[in-house]
Amino acid sequence: MQTTPISQQVRAFVVENYLFGRDEGLGDEDSFLEAGVIDSTGVLELVAFLEERFGVKVANDELITDNLDSIQKVTAYLQSKLEAAPVMQERSR
Amino acid sequence: MGAQAAVSADMLRIDPALETERIITGIRNAVFQQLRRKGAVIGVSGGIDSSTVAFLCARALGPERVQILFTPEADSSPDSLRLGRLVAESLKMRPAVEDITPILQGARCYERRDDAVRLVVPEYGPGCKFKIVLPNLLDPSQYSLFSVVVQLPGGETRKVRLTPAAYLGIVAATNFKQRARKMMEYHYADLLHFAVAGTPNLLEYDQGFFVKNGDGAADFKPIAHLYKSQVYQLAEYLGVPEEIRRRPPTTDTYSLEQSQEEFYFTVSLEKMDLCLYGKNHGISAADLAPAAGMEAEQVERMYGMIEAKRKVARYLHACLLVVP
Repeated sequence: MQTTPISQQVRAFVVENYLFGRDEGLGDEDSFLEAGVIDSTGVLELVAFLEERFGVKVANDELITDNLDSIQKVTAYLQSKLEAAPVMQERSR
Repeated sequence: MGAQAAVSADMLRIDPALETERIITGIRNAVFQQLRRKGAVIGVSGGIDSSTVAFLCARALGPERVQILFTPEADSSPDSLRLGRLVAESLKMRPAVEDITPILQGARCYERRDDAVRLVVPEYGPGCKFKIVLPNLLDPSQYSLFSVVVQLPGGETRKVRLTPAAYLGIVAATNFKQRARKMMEYHYADLLHFAVAGTPNLLEYDQGFFVKNGDGAADFKPIAHLYKSQVYQLAEYLGVPEEIRRRPPTTDTYSLEQSQEEFYFTVSLEKMDLCLYGKNHGISAADLAPAAGMEAEQVERMYGMIEAKRKVARYLHACLLVVP
């Protein structure tokens, strides 16, 4: 079965949930905060998405902009989490 | 005069006598001329803001044209009602007391809220108390996300980060409280042909620390232009009882006592006041930092948070959209 790349899944989530389905030219490196895409409730939703979809546990000290403030950063963070805990596989929807 | 030398907490000093005159003129104009009402209704919580508004309205309109209202509910601190009565006694007013618990029970406020808490703390139940809190963070790179703090009947506490469903469920349920209070204030306004006074200060008004159609609703807001520390200066001048002036601000919404810092501002109100002033007056983070007792990058973070909260508050301030 072909797996959708993580970055595409993250982008699809962001576009669907924060941009209401309209891409609006959000780049992979664009800051969610600076673009006004995401607020604190949005961060809660993003964390829940990562935990539920990918089976990772986001620790409190990992709730930082370096990990969560763009599609590229979320993707890199997620990849490092999945590599660190290979038993946690991406969950099917 | 160098701008840098003037940056201190003194920037927030006001002339309370002058400000009082300005506000009471505004209240008279709003109530009698613009709104054409006979007086004002004020929901008094026993906190500094609503008490100060009650004192201002009494001066502006006369105590006989002010109806103060207490709306305790099951989770209210007994102190709120006691301090509210202190305001009424000081102003020689007869308050109305409306326990809104049955309204909230009818709306299943407590039940909905408890169901939401149990999404993250399944053992939450009778005898437990809780509040939701933000971490006290000034690390510019760290997100501050809400957690729930539950005190179990034995006294043990548990702190768990909220899921979106739990957070929104708790907020949506507890917002019934502010809306039920406002409904009751408008009942008295209709009954007496009075207007409803809103009690937010500038911090709350600017940053959206209110419930839409709840405590955010009012016919006029006489202290929404004042920073929190300026409300304290005014309160002292007006003779608001010292116990009220010394009481730490609280939301009085959750069964465990919750400070406003824990719920919304993440730093002390004094620091938040200065940061908001600095941002509003174009003072650089580096210049403001020593006055606020903070690092420049922390002030920068606060400036960013203020802007972010303003974006969220746009929905709260938005006028009705008639579409298309």
